[in-house]
This record gives sequence, C-alpha cells and structure tokens, in this order.
Amino acid sequence: MSIYLDKNARVICQGITGTAGLFHSKACRDYGTKMVGGVTPGKGGSDIEGFKVYDTVEEAVGKTGANTTMIFVPALFAADAILEAAAAGIKLIVAITEGIPANDMARVKAVLKNNHKDVRLIGPNCPGIITPGVAKVGIMPGYIHKPGKVGIVSRSGTLTYEAVWQVTQLKLGQSTCIGIGGDPIVGTTHLDTLEAYNADKATEAVIMIGEIGGTAEEEAALYVKKYMKKPVAAFIAGTTAPPGKRMGHAGAIVSGGKGTAKEKIAALEAAGIVVAQSPGEIGNALVEALKGKGRKPKGKKKKK
Amino acid sequence: MKLHEYQAKEIFAKYGLPVTPGMVIKHLSELDEALKKFPDAPWVVKAQIHAGGRGKAGGVKLAKNETELRDKASDILGMTLVSPQTGPQGKLVKKIFITPAADYTKELYVSVVLDRARQCPVILASSEGGTEIEELAAHKPQAIQRMYVDPLAGLQPYQARQLHLNLGLSRDKINQGARLFQDLVKMFLELDLSMVEVNPLVVLKDGNIHCLDAKLAFEDNGLARHKEYAEWRDPDEEDARELEAAGHGLSYISLDGNIGCLVNGAGLAMATADAIQHFGGSPANFLDVGGSATTKAVTQAFKIILSDSRVKAILVNIFGGIMKCDVIAQGIIDAAKEVGLSLPLVIRLEGTNVEQGKKLLSTSTLHYQFASSMDSAAKTVVAAAKEVAK
Repeated sequence: MSIYLDKNARVICQGITGTAGLFHSKACRDYGTKMVGGVTPGKGGSDIEGFKVYDTVEEAVGKTGANTTMIFVPALFAADAILEAAAAGIKLIVAITEGIPANDMARVKAVLKNNHKDVRLIGPNCPGIITPGVAKVGIMPGYIHKPGKVGIVSRSGTLTYEAVWQVTQLKLGQSTCIGIGGDPIVGTTHLDTLEAYNADKATEAVIMIGEIGGTAEEEAALYVKKYMKKPVAAFIAGTTAPPGKRMGHAGAIVSGGKGTAKEKIAALEAAGIVVAQSPGEIGNALVEALKGKGRKPKGKKKKK
Repeated sequence: MKLHEYQAKEIFAKYGLPVTPGMVIKHLSELDEALKKFPDAPWVVKAQIHAGGRGKAGGVKLAKNETELRDKASDILGMTLVSPQTGPQGKLVKKIFITPAADYTKELYVSVVLDRARQCPVILASSEGGTEIEELAAHKPQAIQRMYVDPLAGLQPYQARQLHLNLGLSRDKINQGARLFQDLVKMFLELDLSMVEVNPLVVLKDGNIHCLDAKLAFEDNGLARHKEYAEWRDPDEEDARELEAAGHGLSYISLDGNIGCLVNGAGLAMATADAIQHFGGSPANFLDVGGSATTKAVTQAFKIILSDSRVKAILVNIFGGIMKCDVIAQGIIDAAKEVGLSLPLVIRLEGTNVEQGKKLLSTSTLHYQFASSMDSAAKTVVAAAKEVAK
C-alpha cells in the first residue's frame, strides 16, 4: 500500500501556532491528511484556524488518538519535542525543523534506541513524507505528486520535489516519497527506506537521491546488490562541489577522500543501480531501470 | 565556527585542560609586552590562521633568544602560509601567538568528532602524533585508536583509562590521562563542538601530559546556545561574501565559474551546479536561500551574486516547499530594480504558490527567460553566459 504513512494516520503538529507550522498544517489538511490538532506549550485550550491546540503531546494523544506528529518547533527545542512525542506514544515522528545541534540528535537517537524501538523518526531538517492521494505529513507541495508505483527517497528537500515532478510527468506516480533530511544524524536512513520499499507491495521501483558526504549511499548500494528485488535509479548531487567546502548541509562535507560523488556513483553502479548523470535525467534513469538496464532484480518473486 | 589556537586554549583552560599560556599579538610593537609577560627563553612563535599544517608550511618557529624571537615574529607576521589545508592561494597571517617553549619527550594525537555512521561522538587518538597524522591515518589506519562515546552517559572513566593504556602512556599518569580525555569529551558535548583536536598532545620531560596545540570548532547549529563565544568569530578568516550571506540567513559559497545561481535547498543547489556543468557551463557560486527567506533576503541574495564581477548570467531555480514562489518572484523583481540588472536572467519556478509567482513576473517589467524544466533552465543559462562572454 505504502510505507510508514497510510490512511490510518492521525496527525498533530507540534509548533502549530508558529507561522510555518500553521501554514503547513492547513496545507496538509487541504491535501486530505487527518490533522487532529496541534501542540504549543502554554496555548492549550485555544483554537487556531479550526485546529484544537493542546499544551502537551500526551494531552493531544489522549484527546484525539493521534499517532503521528509533524514538528516545527524551533531548533534548540526540537530535540525535546521529538522525545516528548515518543514518550506520549506517537509512532511516526516527522521532524521538519532545520538546524538542530548534532549532539542533541545523537542524544535523541540514543534515547529512541533504548526506550522507543517502535518509533519511526523521519528527519530532522527534511521535507517530510507523503503517500500521494492518501496523506502528506510535511512541507512538500502536494500537487506535484500523483498516486503510483515509484518509491522516492532523498536527503534533500527541493531535490526530492524535482525527482517527484519528473516521475509525475512520466505519468508513473509515486507510492510513498520521503525526504530523510540532510543532517549528519537522521532518524531514518536510505537503507531503512530501501528495506521498507522492498517489502511494500505497492512499490515497483525506487529512486534514491543522495548527495556527497557520509557513506549512507554506499551502505544502501550494498543492500541493493544483495537483497533488492526491485529496480533502482539514483542521482548523486555534488559532483561539482569543491572538496572540503561546506555546502549548507552539515551532511555534505567531503572529507578524507570519502563520500565523494565519484565514489558514490561507482558504488551505486556496481550494485546495478542506474545513475542519472544530470538532475534533469532522473526520470529517464528510472525508465531505463524499469526496462531492466543495469541489473536483473534479485530474489525470487513470491508465488501466490 | 572555527577558532584560533589562542582562543581554543582559553576554553581549554576553563575546562582544566593543561595548556601553556601565551600572548597573541597583531603588531611587532606588542612584542615588548609579550616579553614582559613571558621573559624566559626559549619561546615558540605560532601563526594564527584557521588551518592546520602550519608547522610544515613555516608558520611555527622556535626562538632561542630575544633577537631570534624578533626575527621569527617579523618573518611570520604578514606572511602568506600555504598548507594542504589552506588551498593553493594560502592564508595571510594577521596574528601570531607567542608562548614559552615546552620540553617534551613524546608526541601523540587526540581529537573528538562526531561519528556519523555510529551516531555518537568518537575519540580518535594515536601514539604517533605530529605533523604526519593524516598520512598515518591513510596508510596505517590501525595506528589510530577509536573510543566511542555514549551521547547520554559521556565518556566513562574506564574507557578513558583504557585509552590511556592503549596509547602506551605511563601507568603512573593513568588518572591524569583519563581526566584529560574525559574533559575533552565533556567540553565537546557541553559546548556543542563539531571538532576538538590536540596535535600534538605531548609528554613533558617531567612526565606530565600536556596539550601543546589546540584546535576547536563550534557546530554552527549549536552556537546559538553559546552566544558568549559567537563574537569570537574572526571575520578575517572568512570569505566576505559568505559572511554577508550568512548574516541574511543565506548559504553562499564562491565557485570558479561565471553563472550566478540562486536556488532553494542545498541539495537542489548542488544539483543545479551539477546540471550547469553537465551542459558545458560553469557555476560562479552556490547560493541556497533556505526555506524561510523573505523578499528582503532574496534581494540581498541578488546583490551578493551581482557583486561578483565574473558573473555573466544568472539562473534562478526554485522548487517551492516552505519557500513560496511568489516571495521569490517579488524578491527578484525588487532586486532587479534596485541593482539595475542587465545580465541575462533565466528563471525556473515550480512548487508552492507557483501560479502567483509566475503572474507577478509576467506582469512586471523584468526581462527574463522562463524555463519549464531543470535541464532546459541549465541549457538556456549556459547558452546565455556564452553569448555574453563572447
């Protein structure tokens, strides 16, 4: 059907009384997402543009049955917001906030790993997640999506939209699209989503957008080589980035010759992934992958 | 935000880490004061720049007497240091640090950084410190010790003692060494640092362990929590345009080409630069206007791009999410008016409020070419830049 986000999502927004939180809560509601309220400490009991506001996530969960949250809380308070959501029993946490200190995220991940293994965190510093035609929890423009069979995962926000738009124009549509975020520490990795897409019946092919820095794309490539049953196309941003220069994402630091675009592209191609040479060709790379270029899907198809 | 050695040592001292005090000077006339403070030879004169590899490049010199001190100080102050970390253009030395020389028997290396794969801080350490540490890491990776830190609990004393022993340090100094590693990690976590490095960490003649150098960088995201250090930023060490952009919430990085780029989102900005290069052009910059830029910030972005005289054409590539296309459109129109834009301008807009954005543009007096896809935008601007460059 989809991964992580389906029609059962009941969504609150943490930071709903802020400009961005409110704007995007409305956009999500307009798209068809079941937005059941919001949280801003100290503003509980009020009503803003038809959203009930609660002081705590626990209260919001108790009153609305929320199971999903979208976080717009300012950076220095966002780690607390994530942990509050997890403690209140929220199972899907989508952290949009940009600029959370890396040490905060290291602590958040450690707590989630120790105490909340069943919580799925997406982000931070990400556009969120959308299952077209069903629900969107994030800041992506809804209209560029179309229900379909392609899973799209990316570290970047706007570059995800670019890939989505190309797929929509090819009339293929998307199963679920996820921006995992560009920070050094994120809740959900490329690898996590590939495993989920591999198991998802609605997804027939995957587009993975990576960028320079780190080794997450290389790890994903190893998984594809060993286990992926579905065609994968990819693009790596940052071929022209000068080494050692920071390109706005902490994740995009090239250091010690590791994580360069060239290395990543080589690893992806070795795994049978069709890599687009220009960002305008992501859609074409997908078409090629669907035709069977690059590799033969591994694993046996389940017999019914 | 990177700090200079002398600033880092001030913070080290606050955390009880053993460093040698010294004095930073900007002019040779201040040498007398330094001599009054630290009268005993020998001294070390150290260039203060935001890059490593200073010693090999000639930016760190021993002075055995006062004459030598004056000579070395005058040599280093004002020189352009070129090290593997400065880039080929090098860095002008505007400050030097004068510090009493230490007598030591052994050089080691220690640093704390974030390990992305393990999602926790890690201490990297080696009993073979000094100027060749990068070569060592590349050719003999087993010589680098790694100790992972639980971000919730911090570095535990037993881990610190183990590291001390692994480095072959003397058993009688086990508590001193362990304390030092724990303090480094404590500082890293409390101050939201992205990197702290001591190279070399030394064993002094009297057996004590000592931080001979200190490198420290704040993670920019955490800096808002440590405002007292924000003013320690040295504007001399940073690209003026990059600094100005940061002041407006923009992320700007200068590149070598002639096509100015204004994009939202770091990934799309990188991909836009890639596309320009793919179609035979060359980007002059990377400029990410971010998710929440105002009309004013977009105007500033245009001014910064146009302040670069190499720019022959401009590409605006916006895929609106948080960023609304009408805000960008208004910013472009305002900026073009304000700066009297005459260069070819290619605009590609998609996403949130795109229709309002297109309408604003088409009803304005702005001269521009509209592109309907990323590839066509890149092709059009590459052709336009070539035309102007003729």
